[in-house]
Formats: sequence, structure tokens, C-alpha cells
Amino acid sequence: MEWIIAMHGVNKWYGQFHVLKDINLSVRPGEKIVICGPSGSGKSTLIRCINRLEEHQRGQIVVDGVELTNDLKHIEQIRREVGMVFQHFNLFPHMTVLENLALAPVWVRKLPKAEAEERAMHMLKRVRIAEQALKYPGQLSGGQQQRVAIARSLCMNPKVMLFDEPTSALDPEMIKEVLDVMIDLAREGMTMLVVTHEMGFAKSVADRVIFMDEGKIVEENAPHEFFNNPKSDRTKLFLSQILGH
Amino acid sequence: MAVSDTAAERAALGPPPATTGFLGWMRKNLFSTVWNTLLTILCAYLLILILPPAISWLFLDATWSEATPEQCRAANGACWAMIREKHRVILFGRYPYDEQWRPLLGMGFLITLVLVSCFRRFWRPWIGLVWAGGLVAFFLVMWGGDIPVSYRTAAVIGAVAAAAFGFTRANAGGNARSLFLWLAALFGALALVGNSILRVLDALLKELFQIEAGLGGLSAFGLGIPTGLSFVPTSLWGGLPLTLLLSIVGIIVAFPIAILLALGRRSKMPLIRMFCIGYIELIRGVPLISLLFVASFLLPLFLPRGVEINDLLRAQVAIIGFSAAYLAEVIRGGLQAIPRGQFEAADALGLSYWQKMGKIVLPQAITLVIPPIVNTFIGLFKDTSLVSIVSLADLLLATKDMAIADVNWRAFYAEGYTFAALIYFVFCFFMSQYSQYLERQFETGRRKRR
Repeated sequence: MEWIIAMHGVNKWYGQFHVLKDINLSVRPGEKIVICGPSGSGKSTLIRCINRLEEHQRGQIVVDGVELTNDLKHIEQIRREVGMVFQHFNLFPHMTVLENLALAPVWVRKLPKAEAEERAMHMLKRVRIAEQALKYPGQLSGGQQQRVAIARSLCMNPKVMLFDEPTSALDPEMIKEVLDVMIDLAREGMTMLVVTHEMGFAKSVADRVIFMDEGKIVEENAPHEFFNNPKSDRTKLFLSQILGH
Repeated sequence: MAVSDTAAERAALGPPPATTGFLGWMRKNLFSTVWNTLLTILCAYLLILILPPAISWLFLDATWSEATPEQCRAANGACWAMIREKHRVILFGRYPYDEQWRPLLGMGFLITLVLVSCFRRFWRPWIGLVWAGGLVAFFLVMWGGDIPVSYRTAAVIGAVAAAAFGFTRANAGGNARSLFLWLAALFGALALVGNSILRVLDALLKELFQIEAGLGGLSAFGLGIPTGLSFVPTSLWGGLPLTLLLSIVGIIVAFPIAILLALGRRSKMPLIRMFCIGYIELIRGVPLISLLFVASFLLPLFLPRGVEINDLLRAQVAIIGFSAAYLAEVIRGGLQAIPRGQFEAADALGLSYWQKMGKIVLPQAITLVIPPIVNTFIGLFKDTSLVSIVSLADLLLATKDMAIADVNWRAFYAEGYTFAALIYFVFCFFMSQYSQYLERQFETGRRKRR
């Protein structure tokens, strides 16, 4: 199978507001895609449609060979294979870090508890935070929480990872520790869709950069071309705004 | 400002003398402003007015030893001799005097169950079985007589076993689990309405095919296992055990129903949502007394002839239905407070609706609303006294109509009510203290949350 994600003519409205307009986007396994654009351009909505946190109203989305419809079975099947990292981490505050990580493998993948915890510890080591396993999320810094959130998704062995502005809520000195983990992940071959304004990250790991504005994909290119040779004026303006200081 | 770091300067910056210790506390809390000082003086005056006479009535001038009403009247204080004389009837109501060790034992079962369940380390699936066993023991000792063993007993046992099995095998996969839960529901329904079904079938067969199937006889089939105790019908139960039974069973049954109602009210499915809204609004809109009336006097009019539901059960159902509606709104309040990100994170991990609610949302929502939940529980506990209007002799009715109604002791109603109030207070205070303990227990997770 060539595409792990295939979106054809996807449209979405919030009431009267047309938030996604005719989105066509296909992703190969192992590809890293960075999505950027001004706020309100629909980039978060786009990746949230991929695991059905938002429902699209027209068009077709196929993830890992399964089409997203209202069928709950399909939705759950896709969610098992697609991990997501949120801007505000969304860790479960009433559980320890270890419990946060082992929860879905035990209840969704039906792994024995011991095995799930073993996997959880392995993932915590991968995000370099194993010593915090028994703490509660509220006791960790933002950067640590976001790394726990990444590990939590990885525990499900997802085929695709979605990142929704993973560093936007972090203090500047914590952004790097999270980006480092994401770069490691990219090097290991994970398929990633990342909504972010971290252009350094886009330059170093992205296979493709997608620029969105007003619900449309305006430009799509390899990072080198995208940054040095933007085609549309809208892209040029955006790049000058975020890079021009 | 310069940084002062010499020992002398640090000493000079110690707290002003009158801000610490008892004097400091008084100054800060009692006499900080003119208004505050006035209030303090007023309160002190009221205390001086009320406390000494109260203490001398309650303790100093009170008659503690055995005494006749005349001797009591001669003394100026409270007549605790009245409680000495009447405590059995207050505590156990109409229950036969010589058998009152049984409600005492039953009450012991109930209180033990509650105390055991208070410990977090016992919050395991098997506690459900302990409760089932404890309640069966309670009813055995209270009822006595012969234990009727019929299809109904079998159905109840089947329902409990299937439910227990379904819940403990929670991780075995959705299908096996829901099969067991359906089985439990089926058995439960059979136990509740099996008789009526048989009777209706019987009537139908007779009407349509002129067959005398005698299925009604089948429902009566059963044998009695003697307990060796005399039979005491529920109409004779009373006092504290009745109050405890109504409130404890009320709480443990109303709570899960309330959770379902609260979830249902937020459901995306319009039919379920409308049902839950309708139920909650309807029940909240009428006083408990009227529900008790409906359950006791109106409901029997609608039931087919021959079908009788026990008085106590009817009152219990009314209390459960009433509290569930209130609790549901309290729990919904907790649900509203959970950020959307928690739902999304659970969804994104692929958790099912019930896993998401059971593992992520409800634990957080319920710990948030522990204070109002316990508020409702305390309210429920005290509201059980309303069952007196359907002539169940709970603690308050036993005090009022049995202890105080005695002509000889009628003058000492204040003592009777004080005693009953003290009992209510002990239980309510326990609930309130326990809820504060629980709040501290659950604080761990949110220590640093903003």
C-alpha cells in the first residue's frame, strides 16, 4: 500500500464557517510533514480530522486502508494506529506517569499489565524521563509533561503520529527538549504530521512543508524549496512575518 | 532597599511581638477592626447567655440514674432516665422486644459494611460480594422465619453471580462482559416480574385456548429453609436499623443510577438525553413526600390485582429515585468541569466510551464534587425520616409516636428528640468527616495543577 493517509476533497464547516476547503493530501509511510500557516487557517482542524476528533462533512479520508465514516468500529480501529500529541499535553492528572502510559495498552490493546508497564518504561527511557515514572503529571514541568505525552502515544505502537502545536504552550527553554525527542522519532522512521511554527524543525526533518491559509492548502513543497523559493505571495508574506526578525 | 544580612539586622526584622502566639491570634482574628471587635463581644455575650443554662440542663441538673417521671419532674434538668426507659423503643421501634438482639446484630452488619468500605485498600471488585453477603445476612436475621427458596431466589443468585462475573472479568473483552451483564439483567428482571409474567401467561392461555395450565402454581412453588428464628414482617421493623437500611441501600443504589443519568443527560443520542432530562426535572420538581405517597398509595392502584410490593421496598424505591435525580445533577456539575482535552486525549488513544468515562472522566469528575455528593448523602440520610408518613417506624417516628407518646413520659419530649438528634448528628458528622478525609486522599494528583 502506497499511502498511509489519503484525503480527497475534504471539506468541513463550523456552522456557516467553511474551515477546510477541498483538502487533498496523501502521506506515504515514513514521511514527515510539517503543516504551518496563520492561526485560524484550519491546520489543527486538518490533522484532527485524521483521527476523527473533528468530523469532516464532505470528501474521503482513508487511514491505513480504513475509511473514516460514522462507523465507530472504523474510528476506533484508526485511533489505535494513530497517536496524537496536543498543545496542552492533556495528560490524565489523576494517574501517575506510568499509569498514563500503561492505560491504553492495557485497555485498548489488551496487553497484560506487566508487559504494558515494561513497554511504558521503555518509552519513558526513549524520551529521557524514566526517573519520573511514579510522579503525577502536575509535579512535572511543561517540557517533561509533553515528553510524557509523546511517550504515552508511542506506547500504542502507532503507525502515524499527529502533533498539534506541541511546543506552543512551552516556555522557550523547554522547547528544545521536546523537539529533540521529536527529531529522534523522525530519524527512527515514524510517519509524522506536525502542525508547528518551529521552522528549524521543519528544515531539519520535514520531507514536505505544507502552507495553509483560509482553509486551503496554498503551497506544498520540499523544505529547501519552500523556504528559499516560495511561490505564492501569501507564503512569502507568512515567511517574512515569522522569520523576519 | 539594601540587602540586610547581619545577625543584628535579622533579629531586628523578627515579627512584631503581638502578631504571634495566642495574643497575636486574638488580635488578628477577634479584634482586628472595630466591626470585628463588636462581633466578638456580641458572640461572647450570646455564649454567656446560652451556654450555662444549656450545660446545667443537659448535664449538671440532669437525672442520669433510673427514676420515675415524678422524680424527674422534681429535678430541674434533663430527664435522661426517660432515655434509659425508652431507648429500646427509640432504637428498634415495634420490633418484638425479646427479639431485639436481631436488629442490633443487623445494624452491626450494616455499620461494619460501611466501615470496611471506607478504607481505600478495600476498594476492589470483591467488596461487591461482601456487600451482597452482608445484606443477605441482614435480611436473614431481621426477617427470620423460613427462607423461601423458589425460582426467584435462583434468579436473584444468578443475577448477582452474573453481574459479579461480568465486572471482575472486565478485561476479558467487550463481548464476554456484556453477555454476562445482559444475563444479570435478565435474571434480575425474572426475579422482579417473573410472577406477573406467569400470571399473565396463565390468563392468556385460559382466555385464548381454554387451557388450565396452572402456571400460577409454578410461581408459588418453593420450599422454606427454616432459620430457627421467628418471622418478623417488615411492617414491624423500625428505629435506627430501618433508617440505616433505607439510607445505606438508598446511597449505594442511587449512586450508579445517578451516574448513568448524568452521562445520559450529556449523551449525543437525543432519545436518551430527553429521557434523562425528563426524569431529572420531573423528580426534582416534586417533594419527596409526594413521591412516597405515590409509591405507597397510588402505585398499588395501578398494579394488577394480586401483585403486592412490600411497603418498605416501595419507600426504598421512592428514596432511591429521588436521590438519584439530585445526585445526577451534582455529578453532571463535575462532568462539566472536566476540560475537553481530557476527552480528546482519551479518544485519541482509542479508548471506548465506557473506558473513557470510567477511567478518565468520572474519577476526576466525582472527586471534584465530593463535597456536594456528601451533602446529598447527608440530606438523604435525614430525609429517610419522611417515610414516617407512610407509617414506617423509622428512628424519628419511633421517638415521636412510641417513646414520647407514652402518657407517663410525655412531658419529656425534649429529651427524646435530643437523643434522636444526637444519633442523627453522629452519623452525619461521620459522613462529613469522611468526605474531608477523601478529599485529602485525592489531592495528590492535583498538587501542582493551576
